[in-house]
Amino acid sequence: MLPSLTSFLGQGMQMVLVLVLAPGIAGLTRIVKARLMRRRGPPLLQPYHDLHKLIRKEAIIAESASWLFRVAPYLIFAFSWVAAALVPTFATGLMFSWTGDVIVIIALLGSARFFQTLAGMDVGTAFGGIGSSREVMIATLAEPAMLLVVLNLALAAGSSRLPAIADHFVAQPLAIRISLALALMSLVIVALAENARIPVDNPATHLELTMVHEAMVLEYSGRHLAMIEAASQLKLVMYISLIVCLFLPFGIATVNDGFLAWIAGFAIFAGKLSLTAILLGVWEVSIAKMRVFRVSEFLSVAFIFAFLAIMLSFLTQEVLR
Amino acid sequence: MIDPGASLQLMAVALALFGGCAGLAVIAPRRTFAFVYILCIAAALLALAVDLTVMLTGSVLSGRLPLGLPTIGLNVRLDALSAFFGVVVNFGILTASLYGLGLNRESELSPRVEPFFAAFAAAMNAVLLADDAYSFLFSWELMSVTSWALVLARHEDAESRRAAHLYLIMASIGTIALLFAFGGMAGPAGGYDFATIRAARLDPLLAGLVLAAVLVGTGSKAGIIPLHVWLPLAHPAAPSHVSALMSGVMTKVAVYGLVRIVFDLLGEPSLWASATILILGGASALLGVLYALMQHDLKRLLAYHTVENIGIIFIGLGLSLAFAASNYPELAALALTAALFHVFNHSLFKALLFLGSGAVLHSTGKRDLEELGGLIHRMPGTSILFLVGCVAISALPPLNGFVSEWLTFQAILQSPNLHLLPLKVLVPTIGAALALSAALAAACFVKAFGITFLGRPRTDAARQAEETNRFALTAMGILAAACLLAGLFPGLVIDALAPLNSALLGAHMPTQTSMPWLSIAPIGASQSSYNGLLIFLFIIVSAGLTAFVVRRIASHAVRRAPAWDCGFPDLSPNTQYTASSFAQPIRRVYGKTVFSAEEHVEMPPPGSMAPARFHVTLRDHIWDALYAAPAQQVLSQARRLNVLQFLTIRRYLILMFVVLVILLITVTVGT
Repeated sequence: MLPSLTSFLGQGMQMVLVLVLAPGIAGLTRIVKARLMRRRGPPLLQPYHDLHKLIRKEAIIAESASWLFRVAPYLIFAFSWVAAALVPTFATGLMFSWTGDVIVIIALLGSARFFQTLAGMDVGTAFGGIGSSREVMIATLAEPAMLLVVLNLALAAGSSRLPAIADHFVAQPLAIRISLALALMSLVIVALAENARIPVDNPATHLELTMVHEAMVLEYSGRHLAMIEAASQLKLVMYISLIVCLFLPFGIATVNDGFLAWIAGFAIFAGKLSLTAILLGVWEVSIAKMRVFRVSEFLSVAFIFAFLAIMLSFLTQEVLR
Repeated sequence: MIDPGASLQLMAVALALFGGCAGLAVIAPRRTFAFVYILCIAAALLALAVDLTVMLTGSVLSGRLPLGLPTIGLNVRLDALSAFFGVVVNFGILTASLYGLGLNRESELSPRVEPFFAAFAAAMNAVLLADDAYSFLFSWELMSVTSWALVLARHEDAESRRAAHLYLIMASIGTIALLFAFGGMAGPAGGYDFATIRAARLDPLLAGLVLAAVLVGTGSKAGIIPLHVWLPLAHPAAPSHVSALMSGVMTKVAVYGLVRIVFDLLGEPSLWASATILILGGASALLGVLYALMQHDLKRLLAYHTVENIGIIFIGLGLSLAFAASNYPELAALALTAALFHVFNHSLFKALLFLGSGAVLHSTGKRDLEELGGLIHRMPGTSILFLVGCVAISALPPLNGFVSEWLTFQAILQSPNLHLLPLKVLVPTIGAALALSAALAAACFVKAFGITFLGRPRTDAARQAEETNRFALTAMGILAAACLLAGLFPGLVIDALAPLNSALLGAHMPTQTSMPWLSIAPIGASQSSYNGLLIFLFIIVSAGLTAFVVRRIASHAVRRAPAWDCGFPDLSPNTQYTASSFAQPIRRVYGKTVFSAEEHVEMPPPGSMAPARFHVTLRDHIWDALYAAPAQQVLSQARRLNVLQFLTIRRYLILMFVVLVILLITVTVGT
């Protein structure tokens, strides 16, 4: 826990890394989707250009908006960024990894959503309300499912700290455990729902009535919109690195391993990230969006899987003390 | 700091001050009512200082007065447990009195509130001091009766009268149950003082019966499901600062009763007791928040939320008992600390939210969410303090509500150590209920804050709202600051609870303030750790830095324009989402099973100009099955027996004769 220069550098690298990679991952998924639909699609760097353009535009704010509307984008961005900084990506042993365990990370995302849904209600339009109310409905199922998944992994690893969980599974011989398989399926469903992905939400439709996330941020423009876009891209990277860190932790370096290990860790992490982004694109073109009230059934599956997984863990093992 | 030896005397002075306030308010003219609150603040400060000293030093003081029952006397005792609850109680009284100072001298200070307010404060302190069954029950009843009178403060309102009536019935049932419990513990010899009870050993069957009676007695006061029915009616009916006391503090006195009896007096903890408490806690946590989500009365929503939070506290207590029974004293201390930390936290943010709802009610005259909206523009101070309360109660970092839920989850993570199979099945189920209720609570407070303070005003009353007075703002500000501090420095609270844990369980959590960077680690830094202060700083720094950078290097131009709303111009505020439409998706997902929710749409025939109507029916199954049905039975039986009232004298004589014969036969057969 003692601060050292390398762990501090590693932490800084991680924070910059997720920030820089996030729009690229969103762009990659978009390209994969377009190509599979036989469109050319936007270039890989398009999300960066979009953010750049949005930041430089003037912000238009509704007359009925309060200070909360203007503060919320920065808070949402900060909550997502801090959460992403706490998930080990290329290396473990980062300086501040002990400030919060995996429950804290989920709660930080919960805070981001809290302010996002409030901001959606601030202007007082019907679309903002519709988005917020659906978002909280989705969250009431997705958040507990995710919490149960991570509690289950924490039970297996004997610690709720992410670096410790990653180290535990790296050291373990490769084996399939039913509770972990259930947990993985559950976490993937939750990740799809939380990142407003098909089949739960589709940001690309032309009808706002069918949207959740986009309806909520409908009133935002300019730099505020840029912050919210960046936050949701960060959230996607955070979820992918969480899944990867929990279920595919091989190749993760520790900060004290030296510079070469860092490079290798970067490369492996970038590879895992791109692979997941491509899989996400393939998944999204191969399935249709659900009606809003089917989403609850989809997410109940995630919740039940997570519940079964943790029940199995409780019945079959004891905590390492 | 105060000399611990003098604390009982000082406590007596504080109680006398409260009592004096009550007396003064009864005999003195109207203008002294505000003075009552000043005296209450002084008394609460004194009691707070005494309680803090005793809690931190872990000293035990006891005394005996020649009052009360002849052979037992009136025993008083102040130990770490009662001192901790004393801190909770007196901090609540302090802020509620501060709020009371700002009440309107002409219209709101009333002879129906002020005397009972002070007496209520004294009674809650007396419950914590009691060291024998008689004084405990006496002060418990005093607490019930004074709060009943406060619920009746607006007696012209039929709904208040109904709430008070139901409260009185439930309070009586609770006290009868406690009477049985103490009777069972004291045994035929009648050792009613707590020292004798503590020394006695009960046989398991009797201990089980006593536990059931205690759960009914304290659970009905705390508002545990299914004994909660009075709470959402009675708490909102009282004036807002009294609601804050009832919801934030009186429920905690009930939790004190449970902890005192189950952890201290009843002896050996049993696994079955812990399982019962866990089930009650899980059910209350989940159902409480679902009930709250269906409400659109701000104060009733808050009251239902108390049910949820008491459920979370019960989960912690149940886990602690389970660990204690399985001989893991350190883990029991972790779970008990989580529960008591939540007691402290809930008393802070629930009082804050009730005072905030009082400010809204005072300024607009409305409690119904559907008639509010846009108050963030008119009441900036109230809205930001209310927001702090909402974030805290939704268990979001870096505020205090998160810390206690986090500790509860850490305790759940340790519970595969429990060996009993039913508990191994039960604990993950409770964990799932806790996770669900945490997410639902956040949804509930997005609704409460969003509909009340955000958007556009829905009525003229909301449009013309004005900021509340500075006493109310100060009271809420103190509570909000306490929420923040307890969230940023949780290690201090955990360490303050250590003497209490050592006294009750023989173990306490590792000392937290010695951890580097003020972080907390309940078992060991390798297993889990949390640092609220650093998380808070990270968020503030990264948000501030981002805002600075964006505004510096990019645009900082802002243009105000009408809302976009997909190009629909100038909409009436009626097109906004309402409280019930906000909860509609959740109602569709959960309400069908829990409340048998049904939605009815009445469309007018084609060509008719009549409006279409939409209404929702919700059924409260707990009320129907456990309260309405038995009441119906009693009524119909009474009606059937009513014929006995109109017999002739001959028939009465025959009846008496028959009864006499039956009695004699029974006696002869019996001997």
